[in-house]
Amino acid sequence: MLDLSDVVVAYGAVRALDGISLTVPAGSITAVLGANGAGKSSLLRAISGLVAPRAGSIVLNGRKITGMASEEIVRLGVSHVPEGRGIITELTVEENLRLGALWRRDRRDATLALEQSYELFPRLHERRRRAASTLSGGERQMLSIGRALMARPKLLLLDEPSLGLAPLITSQIMAVIADLRERSAVTVLLVEQNANSALAIADRGVVLNLGRVVAADDPRTLAADDQLRHAYLGL
Amino acid sequence: MSRFIDLTLNGVTSGMIYASVALALVLIWRATRIVNFAQGAMLMITTFIASSVIAASGSYILGFAAALAAGLVLGAALERLLVRPVEGGPPINAVIVTLGLLIFLQAVAGMIWGNTPRSFPAALSIQGFRIGGRHVLFSPFDLFTVGSVLVMSLALGLLFTRTGMGLRMRAAAFEPEVARLLGVRVGRMLTWGWALAAVAGSLAGLLVAPVVFVGPNTFDAELVFGFTAAVLGGLDSAIGAVVGGLILGVALSYVSGYESPALVTLAALVILVVVLMVRPSGLFTHAKARRV
Repeated sequence: MLDLSDVVVAYGAVRALDGISLTVPAGSITAVLGANGAGKSSLLRAISGLVAPRAGSIVLNGRKITGMASEEIVRLGVSHVPEGRGIITELTVEENLRLGALWRRDRRDATLALEQSYELFPRLHERRRRAASTLSGGERQMLSIGRALMARPKLLLLDEPSLGLAPLITSQIMAVIADLRERSAVTVLLVEQNANSALAIADRGVVLNLGRVVAADDPRTLAADDQLRHAYLGL
Repeated sequence: MSRFIDLTLNGVTSGMIYASVALALVLIWRATRIVNFAQGAMLMITTFIASSVIAASGSYILGFAAALAAGLVLGAALERLLVRPVEGGPPINAVIVTLGLLIFLQAVAGMIWGNTPRSFPAALSIQGFRIGGRHVLFSPFDLFTVGSVLVMSLALGLLFTRTGMGLRMRAAAFEPEVARLLGVRVGRMLTWGWALAAVAGSLAGLLVAPVVFVGPNTFDAELVFGFTAAVLGGLDSAIGAVVGGLILGVALSYVSGYESPALVTLAALVILVVVLMVRPSGLFTHAKARRV
């Protein structure tokens, strides 16, 4: 589905990604773990085209997308739910959702996708005419995920969906993600600091530190590795 | 009393012209956070084009349409060629570019059309309607002015709130990065923003030209009044631009009629300073802290 090889992203002299190679199999949930500053967000930003890698290549389903513009990459089936959720607070809930599918030619399916997002998150339907600024943290996360799904993505990039949410809401969100993969065969790349909740639904875990991959393994093996947990995950 | 009515009507008419310039400034401010100081010069160019087309064809409507079309093209071209390279840089760079453009356009207009202001026709009669045996200070052309600005404002309002294009433009203005992730071609939206703004400006030029004439510097005051109206309404609000224009127009009309026409520009500056001191976010923008 997605192959990264030796991807380097640098902001000035600081290397956020220092030669990352990673393969994300189709239909999997891959959890990307690591402390603050490990390069997790930069990894997603490089894939969705918000930053151009300085070196290396990113290949999506056999097509090289390195250096492509974000607005074109989303048309290839990559939806990025950014950190801090990235909802547009000046717009209403429904406008935020509609925006996710405006580029699509298939207007009928866009309408269907809107209904499905409302089915997935009935709270959003109740609040559809309200300004997005009135939503709670959990509702904003639902809106952001619902909006990403409007594009019918093949690859969903989630940046810290649990950030700032209560544990109960976090587990609801994680359940939704796991359920999505079951039903729609979407591939998920899930960036989290909250290692436990991410590993609980992931098929694979990747641990980053200072812009490099330090471990990539089965989630249970990662969770059981005390040394790794102490060194990089703070558990 | 009749004097009061006359001054109010006159204020509404000029207020709609200020509103049109203010709309042009607000559209660009919302999309790119740039105050377009070249707006006055841009509408001067399009009005000159209208003047030439009317002179050549004898048709006011043709000149009117040519000015609006020229605005659309001029706005888009300027964004692409001059503003795009400085977008994302420090705001002062863009401001300097628009100031430079102002001087450049005025010089070019002087070279092509000469520096002597020429007269410009009105679409309809400028003789006031007869009501109760006297002519009020409101003519068929004033009605045309008010009507055409209202129609344009309404069209822009519908475009922004009811169409996918408008939704994209708003998203691109509020959160360009998020908009890109959702597939919005942000650059294209900014070009459209400049193009539509220039159309609003062109309309103002056509409506005010019969009074101020067409010359390289005859529209300088329109930018000042339009900017004051935009700040009064809140630079972020299109509705604020229209209401700000109306308030300013009526206020300046009273100053002119009850005191002296010489005080009009000064009064506009006083209003501008007072608004910036008392309510810098304007009447219609509720300033809010943005969490990032």
